[in-house]
Amino acid sequence: MSGRDALAPHALIAPGQTPAAISAKVAGLALRPRGGRAWRLATLAALALTALLGVGIAVLLVRGVGIWGVNIPVAWAFAIADYVWWIAIGMAGTFISAALYLTRQPWRSPLSRYAESMTVFAVSVSGLFPILHLGRPWFFYWLAPYPDRMGVWPQWRSALTWDFFAILAYLLVSLMYWYVGLLPDLATLRDRAATRAKQVGYGLLALGWRGEARHWRRYRTLSLVLAGLAVPLVFSVHSMVALDFSEGLLPGWHSTLFPPFFVAGALFSGFAMALVLGVPLRRWFGLGDYIREIHLDRLAKMVLAAGLVVDYSYAAEIFMACYGGDRHELAALAARVGGAYAWVFWTVVGCNVVSIQALWWPRVRRCEAALFAIGVLVLAGMWLERFMLIVDSLYRGFLPSSTGLFHATFWDYAFLAGSVGLFLLLFLLFVRWLPVLSMFELRRLAAEEARA
Amino acid sequence: MKRRDAYGYLAAWCAPGALLDALRRLRTAGYRRIDAYTPYPLDELDVLLPARADHVRGWALIGGLLGGLGMLALEYYSAAIDYPIRVGGRPYASWPAFLPPALEMMFLFAALGAVLAMLVGNRLPRLHHPVFDAACFGRASQDLFVLVVRGRDPHYDAERLAALLAPLQPAHAQELAR
Repeated sequence: MSGRDALAPHALIAPGQTPAAISAKVAGLALRPRGGRAWRLATLAALALTALLGVGIAVLLVRGVGIWGVNIPVAWAFAIADYVWWIAIGMAGTFISAALYLTRQPWRSPLSRYAESMTVFAVSVSGLFPILHLGRPWFFYWLAPYPDRMGVWPQWRSALTWDFFAILAYLLVSLMYWYVGLLPDLATLRDRAATRAKQVGYGLLALGWRGEARHWRRYRTLSLVLAGLAVPLVFSVHSMVALDFSEGLLPGWHSTLFPPFFVAGALFSGFAMALVLGVPLRRWFGLGDYIREIHLDRLAKMVLAAGLVVDYSYAAEIFMACYGGDRHELAALAARVGGAYAWVFWTVVGCNVVSIQALWWPRVRRCEAALFAIGVLVLAGMWLERFMLIVDSLYRGFLPSSTGLFHATFWDYAFLAGSVGLFLLLFLLFVRWLPVLSMFELRRLAAEEARA
Repeated sequence: MKRRDAYGYLAAWCAPGALLDALRRLRTAGYRRIDAYTPYPLDELDVLLPARADHVRGWALIGGLLGGLGMLALEYYSAAIDYPIRVGGRPYASWPAFLPPALEMMFLFAALGAVLAMLVGNRLPRLHHPVFDAACFGRASQDLFVLVVRGRDPHYDAERLAALLAPLQPAHAQELAR
């Protein structure tokens, strides 16, 4: 336990924090005149990866999805795995800010802002992949129902159309939730900004927020309503993602287990991402007074809890295949644990089942390095899990003649790396220009802790 | 300043307790048109500054119903009336399959309704406001707790207010022009 946390280890904010100190620290981070060397280097790296994604998209538009390794029988691979992975990472952000708000968990306060930002950026990145995967991405707007000269409408019975609406609703609702949450803090930045440009910029973004008592009342009602909408929304969105698969008739996909299994997996990878982003944020920006060891500890517990549900689903899948006794299901299971992609399955087990067991120890839950490493392992494991779910069911058909392996190309890896770059770029811009912690919530938390 | 020229009388403290004391004192003295500006929401103000219904929930409900039912209607119109296709004997109006998009649009429009209700109810965006003229007001979004007795209040009298609040030692006090 570091020195700062030894003092009042159970307090949700370091003792002695005042509204003025919180505003000075957090607003100071957003208003600092220069980003600092580490930030510039990280942004350059993220820009380079984003440029790779841009080049990839250009090549894709010119040459088509054939630049990826997808073919018959494996017609879905990296792009769909990337899509599911990113939208899943977004889920935990909504869960931290909305579900923990509804259940009155004050420890979420310092985590909610960056977790919500993570959601907005992850969903934005994920939404690119289904569009790029369409074959003719420039016609993606055909998915939207609008009266057109062709006289055709979307196929409402298709899970892919449901997906379009799910992503659209999720992206817009999380954007609104994020922006509304930022309003009072943007007002603080407006009032603290030293240069005219920043005063005007933040002033316009703050929409003239003044913090009047009746405004706050409407604002809090709105926060409750939005949180109440966001929680069922994220569950429905990820269930919709799962239905893309379980509506299909392939062994390994056609399962009622999929929606809850996907939701648990989404929370699992999202909490892992919250740790992977939170640990450096806390260290590099000196936010140890706000994101304390107790917060890391609770996040780690959430990773463990969600991970155990995911592990249970793995066991349930194996059990159902054996218990049901369907020949194709059993063959799919045998191929998963011993087939061409067995290494993926066993890596997934190593990352998502074995590595998280370390989190049972309180010492591990309070060790930044260990948490970061486990978070990265879980993220890798969850990406591979999506790859496994998609490719395992596709590479072996019902007939021996329809078997074919998937070979990733350079562009498959480029899109994956580029999407990570784009996400990091958005996140780096966020930590540079916007308050990384919710200042008004922390002021309230500090007042409550001082009173207690 | 004459009553009709003044937006109000502003007094500010550095702690929430002093603001609440002043508010109680003002209400006992008969003042009703009072605004309080705080850096974070104070539960006590919900009781001390009663307000009319905020309509946020109502607009969320209206938005949700419009989004959900509107989407169902659109799906029914397009799949059963405008362009019916018989696929594998499925009914034109396959309502179970119509639910997922309707559900998502219900969430989206409910959120939209609630956000708009908050903004319209709070009269935002409003980039200028008389309270911004007070030099100290920049701290109301950080660590200052501000009360404004409105000029519209029938008992409004800046000198009397200054005398009434002086014992509470406000950190700032001034009259605001309209």
